[in-house]
Amino acid sequence: MNLIIDIALWSIVLALGAALILRSNSLFIDSLRLAWREFLMLLPRIAIGMVGSGFIAELLPSKLIPAWLGADTGTAGLALATVLGALTPGGPVVGFSIAAAALKSGAGAPQIIAYTIAWALFALPRMLAFEIPAMPARVVWLRAAVSLPLPFIAAWAAMIVGKP
Amino acid sequence: MSKPRRRRAFDWSAAVIATLAITSAAIVFIRDGQARFLAILFDDVGLFGTMLPKVLAGCLIGAFVTLLLPRETIARWVGAESGLAGILLATVAGAIMPGGPFTIYPLAGALLAAGADAGAACAFVIAWTLIGYTRAIVWELPFFGLDFVTWRIIFCLPLPVLAGLAARVIWKFMHRKAGAA
Repeated sequence: MNLIIDIALWSIVLALGAALILRSNSLFIDSLRLAWREFLMLLPRIAIGMVGSGFIAELLPSKLIPAWLGADTGTAGLALATVLGALTPGGPVVGFSIAAAALKSGAGAPQIIAYTIAWALFALPRMLAFEIPAMPARVVWLRAAVSLPLPFIAAWAAMIVGKP
Repeated sequence: MSKPRRRRAFDWSAAVIATLAITSAAIVFIRDGQARFLAILFDDVGLFGTMLPKVLAGCLIGAFVTLLLPRETIARWVGAESGLAGILLATVAGAIMPGGPFTIYPLAGALLAAGADAGAACAFVIAWTLIGYTRAIVWELPFFGLDFVTWRIIFCLPLPVLAGLAARVIWKFMHRKAGAA
């Protein structure tokens, strides 16, 4: 499965790369430079986050997490996960590291889905730093308001389907 | 549109997680001993190694699509349409548009300026947040694995459309009230 996704991803890379070369050689070189810079910027974060999440998981209260966020905590657990997700500061790695650690320590998959979605949608530092300056504030608050039920809808769907 | 600010490889959010990771590693080492410490370390480093080709592929796809599909093209797609089609287009655009908060929010602002309604703008931002594939490949996959991320995205597929439609209804209601007052 791991190999299949690698092959699929790199086929897309080759197809898009070929399309870009056909359009313009210099544009292709530019995009390679762009991608490489992005990759180098990501490396340390992902490395720290992934290695760190193993150690953080080891320290998370292994009795509290199944009790508060376990698969059978139901909608109350979802509500707690949603609030915790919204309170977790932004930044691309923080929420995923903590969520992966909690999953390793016995949190339920729907609860973790609710947590990561809430974190992605509501992280206040990101809304204040990026979203409000770029969009009319009323639209941003409207966006946040209509996003409120989304962690629950996705997590309920996960509960009903029984996946992942 | 302002040029995206140059990001550093190590900013405050990376510093937060680094502090957390190093502290946790030290506590595990002291509490559980060297053997347990090394077992966790090798586990996670191995996982990290298998994820690197995916992260690199994600970065390349993001860069290629950025240049193949300029943001002006996206603005034209969503700006021109309205109705359910506009929200569906905004959802697709948000899902395929690579980039971080530096590029997505200004683009949503540009969509509004180009005549897209609040519902389409909300659908666009939410689609990028919840089903953007480059984000999922680069950030989420390393932490959760393919199975978890695939299901998470499947459950999120209808959400931008639902939220966009709700936003449109609320927006109209707010404006009717403002107009009546």
